[in-house]
Amino acid sequence: MSSSKRSTIIVEHLRKQQMWDGLSRGKRLDGRDFSEMRQLLIETDVIKKANGSARVKLGDSEVIAGVKVETGEPFEGLENKGALIVSAEVLPTASPYIEPGPPDEEVVELARVVDRGVRESEMIDLEKLVLVPGKIVYTIFVDCSVLNTDGNLFDATSYATVAALLTSKLPIFEMQDEKVIDTGNTQPMPVTAVPVSITSARIGDYVLTDPGAEEEACMDSRITLTTTDEGFCATQKGHTGSFTPEQIKKAAEAATIKGNEVRTRLKGLVANNG
Amino acid sequence: MTQTRKLIDENGIRTDGRGIDDLRTVKITVGPLKNADGSAFIEFGKNRILVAVYGPREVHPKHMALPDRCVLRCRYHMSPFSTDTRKNPAPSRREIEISKVMRESLEPALMLQDYPRAAIDVFVEVLQSDGGSRCAGISAAAVALADAGIGMHDLVASCAAGKVDDKVVLDINDEEDKEGQADMPVAYMPRLEQVTLLQLDGRIAPEQFGECLDKAIGGCKMVYEIQKQALMQKYFGNETELKEEVQ
Repeated sequence: MSSSKRSTIIVEHLRKQQMWDGLSRGKRLDGRDFSEMRQLLIETDVIKKANGSARVKLGDSEVIAGVKVETGEPFEGLENKGALIVSAEVLPTASPYIEPGPPDEEVVELARVVDRGVRESEMIDLEKLVLVPGKIVYTIFVDCSVLNTDGNLFDATSYATVAALLTSKLPIFEMQDEKVIDTGNTQPMPVTAVPVSITSARIGDYVLTDPGAEEEACMDSRITLTTTDEGFCATQKGHTGSFTPEQIKKAAEAATIKGNEVRTRLKGLVANNG
Repeated sequence: MTQTRKLIDENGIRTDGRGIDDLRTVKITVGPLKNADGSAFIEFGKNRILVAVYGPREVHPKHMALPDRCVLRCRYHMSPFSTDTRKNPAPSRREIEISKVMRESLEPALMLQDYPRAAIDVFVEVLQSDGGSRCAGISAAAVALADAGIGMHDLVASCAAGKVDDKVVLDINDEEDKEGQADMPVAYMPRLEQVTLLQLDGRIAPEQFGECLDKAIGGCKMVYEIQKQALMQKYFGNETELKEEVQ
């Protein structure tokens, strides 16, 4: 993904000037205010073969997340909890600069930051997902595929993951003669919290919520703050620049306000899902 | 992270005997490796981390070189014997992520435009791990970079704060990391007042977020003094000790 920035370097310089002119007047390239997010579209249950799925568009960034539930051994040290694994892949469909292959460090970071939000918020009550304590537990895989990139993949992927989990139908497994049987029935996911990440980029002294691709190409540093109703549960500063403590505290306030807006949307999905 | 037992007693004493605002014992040795251009060894609580800096040197593979600045590369690695159960020596996803955030936390301090077409490699080897190994690694790496004579705007000092038994405490150790409520590693350039690393694992209320950040920055400032002292010790040796005795 880093190669994309180099190959567009001439456009970048001209656009950067344009961007700076706009920022000094309080406007961004696409006309948004600094704290304004792009349009967010969430569609759920798009893959019928998955136990839960969601397709999210944030601006033109597009991510599809699918949930698959299986059974397996618990993680070491977490014997009495179900296992939950979030992974992410940026597909070669997503931009001309992405080539197939093992995930690079940016994609590893993406998956780990999204996973951290879900894990640390204790979104899913994993203690309810144990079949034989210490031996057999539910294993929930959330696989995210980025279909198109237009900046802020962190939030797009996070919303897709949360939306897919919220609307998942958990198969009910039972033990019969030491074998796992799928009863064919389902139940809702045991959800305890709804984590929402809000990412901002710093360009010079300006901190912009939900950066687009061009803004990301010009940013000095990036911060992702994940909240639940109760407060913060995960944070990640990224990119090569830095922040002042004041900028971080302001971004944290914005993440609380914006996070609540997105959370209301996500909670609405469950209500609609019945 | 659900907490099962008390980690702070009624007198405000933690499992390792520290108060809530105390740093673990930190010792930095500058230049333990002879072949490296710069190196440092840090003892941060039970962490034992060795950092080597090679460069500025030619870039391999050559196409990675940049015409206007130096490439900074960073590898955070844990030795198989550094943890309670043996760690597979192949780089894990956790190590890949830490290598990335570590590089990004050091980069703002370096004058990379002074070394075009070159590379600087930072190798961070965790020989024995405790809580806060990325913070200790960053603090040692900044010292090793200075030891290599690379132009820097400031040192990068790093320390975590977190939430244990509902209290905001400085410098989370291994037990508190595993059983506590939140861990917030921070790296900071004290002279420039810039935060270069910020992560958070675990739940913290909005009103405690700022408090936790400020506490971690306070810890970074303590580490900063130890870093400067270590460099002074190597480059000015006994002179500084003598001056202090006179004062």
